[in-house]
Amino acid sequence: MKYVDEFRDAGIARALAAEIARAVQPARTYRLMEFCGGHTHAIARNGLADVLPAQVQLIHGPGCPVCVLPIGRMDQAITLALERGVIVCTYGDTLRVPASGKCSLQTAKAQGADVRMVYSPLDALHIARSNPAREVVFLAIGFETTTPTTAVTVLQAQSEGLGNFSVLCNHVLTPAAMHAIVSVPGGIAVDGFIGPAHVSTVIGSAPYAPIARDWHKPIVIAGFEALDVLRSVQWLVCQINEGRAEVENEFTRAVTEQGNRKAQELVARVFELRTDFEWRGLGSLPDSALQLRAAYAGFDAERRFGVAYQPVPDHKACECAAILRGQKQPQQCRIFGTACTPETPVGSCMVSSEGACAAHYNYGRFRTPA
Amino acid sequence: MTTNPSRNVLLLPALDLVQGRVDLTHGAGGRAMGQLIAQVFSQALGNEYLAQGDDGARLPPCSGQLVLATDAHVVSPLFFPGGDIGSLAVHGTVNDVAMMGAQPLYLAASFILEEGLPLADLVRIVASMAAAARAAGVPVVTGDTKVVERGKADGVFITTTGVGVLADGVCLSGANARVGDVVLVSGPIGDHGMAIFSVRENMAFASPIQSDSAALHGLAAAVLRAAPGTRLLRDPTRGGLAATLNEIAQQSGVGIALDEAAIPVRPAVHAACELLGLDPLNLACEGRLLAVCPPAQADAALAALRADPLGTDSARIGVVTDDARCMVQMATRLGGRRMIDWLAGDPLPRIC
Repeated sequence: MKYVDEFRDAGIARALAAEIARAVQPARTYRLMEFCGGHTHAIARNGLADVLPAQVQLIHGPGCPVCVLPIGRMDQAITLALERGVIVCTYGDTLRVPASGKCSLQTAKAQGADVRMVYSPLDALHIARSNPAREVVFLAIGFETTTPTTAVTVLQAQSEGLGNFSVLCNHVLTPAAMHAIVSVPGGIAVDGFIGPAHVSTVIGSAPYAPIARDWHKPIVIAGFEALDVLRSVQWLVCQINEGRAEVENEFTRAVTEQGNRKAQELVARVFELRTDFEWRGLGSLPDSALQLRAAYAGFDAERRFGVAYQPVPDHKACECAAILRGQKQPQQCRIFGTACTPETPVGSCMVSSEGACAAHYNYGRFRTPA
Repeated sequence: MTTNPSRNVLLLPALDLVQGRVDLTHGAGGRAMGQLIAQVFSQALGNEYLAQGDDGARLPPCSGQLVLATDAHVVSPLFFPGGDIGSLAVHGTVNDVAMMGAQPLYLAASFILEEGLPLADLVRIVASMAAAARAAGVPVVTGDTKVVERGKADGVFITTTGVGVLADGVCLSGANARVGDVVLVSGPIGDHGMAIFSVRENMAFASPIQSDSAALHGLAAAVLRAAPGTRLLRDPTRGGLAATLNEIAQQSGVGIALDEAAIPVRPAVHAACELLGLDPLNLACEGRLLAVCPPAQADAALAALRADPLGTDSARIGVVTDDARCMVQMATRLGGRRMIDWLAGDPLPRIC
């Protein structure tokens, strides 16, 4: 397939892997965190761990939108769906994210809630138009990649004068999460980052510069194809060997330094920073998420329905928090693959195929001895 | 399903098969029901067994072990590129019988109709079913019709039951795979799932992808003739190749090692999967079979598959391995390895 096969060429992959193997210093390790779930998925699906030398260790990061949603946020959506008779629309994976009391949007649906899976917030808008007598809420999740489409949807709803549509906003910001990772008390054992792909098409490569500079962590922005990942590993190994810590951009076919200005303007028009936001795994982080501006308060489901956020602690045995911070591997969690499976997820990392636990369970668990 | 239109039925004005709709009287056991059966079902499906007009069909004696299979069809939308619920209801059950290694002989069909279903749609579905049954040489010999209130079903649901007969000595089972056996697939995977996806209401995208829905008993018989030692046949429907191979691995207590580069996938299906974040390995087929053969007969089985128009793109995609954990693994194009697991959740409900 054009524009895909070129980035999955087995011959080029072998050559790149050989170059990486020659470049690594035998006596040291290179602990590289792929920030994005998209990279986690690409690495697992292509079996890239088998291709890389043992000195390169890939650590999964928190960049999976479903994984960082705390239980309390899911509870808000379930309350709206079950108790307020609202049609809740959201992306597929979100349906299975565990909430309080072993509930999820999927189980709420089985109890009679009107929950619909959509591929785009514009589908939710269509549902609102078709059901003028019902309230329709789009449960918006995601990093900077999906925020512009939510912004466009709100503007469209406003221009149509749709009075029955609102957004439960859980859009979060990548640089804030990266900062939280590097500033974990006691430091973290990560030598460099494979930087976000799609997020960077929107925000550009510039916002990562302070992290590279202040925390001396090299960052290579990489696309989601297998060869992108291998190339970024090669560049990171090179930077680490040379003692550099710069932001490099491997994904130049889509990412510029300044990003997509038009998308940034749309987001800035509709959204503003929340003072703080609780992330699963990373705790409450200041200036790390967005909410609708006062001018769009009518489209803000939290204000419209008065559903305040209530923090809820994670399941005691669940290690999602440590896994999202890169401090533990999925297989080090006591309930991985036993109580917690993709069919019965206890933690959010077991839900989306971009989650570290689901990726390891679905694609890599043959590597773990029985 | 009685088929002799009674005098009472003939007293009613003819059904309006263009503008008319199914209503509750069509399932109430009265004249209206008799009329629907006569004008829609008997008209299209008619054969000597249906014509008996009794509560069941009296069938000729046959020798050999019988195979019985049943399958409910709830596909949405009812009409899709490459087929509809009528043809699918024939193919689905014919294939279940065929995957047992049996020659399918007869079908029974049970319809649940939703009040309000356009009669024109029903006529089209039943005609398609009749054409599929004729092409397969497997008549629908008995049936039943019920009508439920609007909102209690979705247009029409069809359950078909098939009976077939086994040749002496044929005993295929998912439990038969042995270490070293070869895994074959009869063509590109995922066409049906993606064809349905492409016409879903909230998803519609222009695509040339057609469902592969087809009756596979001819292909199955060809494999068994060429490779009598064939361990098992399976049609990878819901859950796709991934689910079917995991079932086989579990049932047989073995592992399976696939070669990603060898698995046939049409470029259009591959492209749509990339766009939608789906894996072709999880998409349903309705006209493909998997064969597991002893290594000495694999070439003969592959040649037989490829000689049939339904199997021209058949391929050898993997081998059965010794694995106490019964895992399905795949060598990726990139030279790595990964597991192929059952899918959690359902990316696409109601595909068949």
